[in-house]
Amino acid sequence: MARILLILLATLFLALMVVLPVVAIFHRAFAEGWGTYLASILDPETLAAIRLTVIAALIVLPLNIVFGVASAWVIARYRFPGRRALLVLVELPFAVSPIVAGLCFLLIYGAYGPVGAALEPFGVQLMFNLTGIVLVSLFVTCPFVMREILPVLMVTGEDEEKAALTLGANGWQIFRHVVLPNISWGLAYGTVLTMARAMGEFGAVSVVSGAIRGQTMTLPLQIELLYNDYNATGAFAAATVLTGLALVTLALRGLLERFGPRRAH
Amino acid sequence: MTFEIRDIHKSFAGTEVLKGVSLSLEKGEFIALLGPSGSGKTTLLNIVAGLAHADSGSLVFDGEDITRQPAGQRHFGMVFQSYALFRHMTVAQNIGFGLKVMKGGPSRAEIDRRVAELLEMIELPGLADRFPAQLSGGQRQRVAMARALAIRPRLLLMDEPFSALDAQVRVSLRSEVRALQRRAGVGAIMVTHDRAEADALADRIAIMDQGRIVTIETPEQVA
Ligand SMILES: Nc1ncnc2c1ncn2[C@@H]1O[C@H](COP(=O)(O)OP(=O)(O)OP(=O)(O)O)[C@@H](O)[C@H]1O
Ligand SMILES: [Mg+2]
Repeated sequence: MARILLILLATLFLALMVVLPVVAIFHRAFAEGWGTYLASILDPETLAAIRLTVIAALIVLPLNIVFGVASAWVIARYRFPGRRALLVLVELPFAVSPIVAGLCFLLIYGAYGPVGAALEPFGVQLMFNLTGIVLVSLFVTCPFVMREILPVLMVTGEDEEKAALTLGANGWQIFRHVVLPNISWGLAYGTVLTMARAMGEFGAVSVVSGAIRGQTMTLPLQIELLYNDYNATGAFAAATVLTGLALVTLALRGLLERFGPRRAH
Repeated sequence: MTFEIRDIHKSFAGTEVLKGVSLSLEKGEFIALLGPSGSGKTTLLNIVAGLAHADSGSLVFDGEDITRQPAGQRHFGMVFQSYALFRHMTVAQNIGFGLKVMKGGPSRAEIDRRVAELLEMIELPGLADRFPAQLSGGQRQRVAMARALAIRPRLLLMDEPFSALDAQVRVSLRSEVRALQRRAGVGAIMVTHDRAEADALADRIAIMDQGRIVTIETPEQVA
């Protein structure tokens, strides 16, 4: 009896807190029919926002993979002073509120910050454009790949790498044939999480984007803008795109969990 | 072939683990390194393999100083205590790996032929497509051995190759390992804790204690 009650309670909670809002997004977006929905999506500003979001995510992804693999590698395989500090530091982006992160970037890389000011004479501007959006997205997503790979590297140990070394393999061959197959599932999983966060980030990006309509608005920013303009249909139509992307990511994640090996943590 | 280890010293964080180890190997000779835990056997073997570097001393192979030579260029086959088989590769891929990554190495067909030959030699011809996780301990040990021999090493190094096996398999694999080593005509250094194992396998037994080789003995009875 208590069990049934608990199950009901959990289901009700999920329905109210998760399913209903998602359904509501789609319901509201289509409230005025397909025509209005399509017109809202095909609005040049919204299209520009979708494009910018995807481009930024595509830049962030490879950088994050390289950084994540490299830092996990260094932490798992080398002993050096400051190793523990690095381990904590790399988790910092999860602990800091995104809006604070955005402000920090502005403070340093903005026109009045030390780095921004130093670059200004050369005509290089880092904030209020794609560069700024990419920089803060990198910051908020940087732990994902690393955290997925590190435990795998720790568990597998370095014996296989040593064996490959004695068999005459060079660094690249060891990475390609021995390390990469071991970390590939973790890497895929971390990549999916990075993608989801990079596309959905609002707080940090809103500080550094400059909010130039049709130019530096990412999809989440565009949605807020439309909503504040009393264009609820437009906002919800754009929201379906972001939700769609999130659902795709979720599906990928589910597939990885189902078909990937058991994860290390 | 002769191999000489000359006056090797090694410290970790101020503690001297190897205190001047010297040893020489004749052609085709099988030497067992026997000693208590912590006496420096693995450290010495790693230095010989090129996986660690000595603070001083030298390694000389056939008159050539190889002290600073990278591990991959030494052509020493190593069998690890954990076997360290590549878990994402099949048995055949494991055995062929050293040939595949060799610069100017053999063709694919040649590799396949050599792998088949080695599988035959370790008496596991049916298991080419298995993964390491699908093998018994004894089978893994033999695959590790075949992988090390595939590159036609100039010297075979084994760190407690039988320690992960139960007593019965251990004894039956001894003669097999000895036969493989003789057949390959290669000198071997094997680390062990087990006096009987050293007696059964080695031509000479170097007894290590606290970072030194204290005596070199001949085995008590040859199996
Ligand atoms: N990387 C390392 N850093 C610090 N100390 C080490 C390291 N490797 C080995 N040692 C120390 O060196 C000494 C010798 O270790 P080694 O592994 O060579 O012993 P061993 O004879 O192989 O022992 P066992 O029979 O238990 O395998 C030990 O006291 C060990 O703690
Ligand atoms: Mg040891």
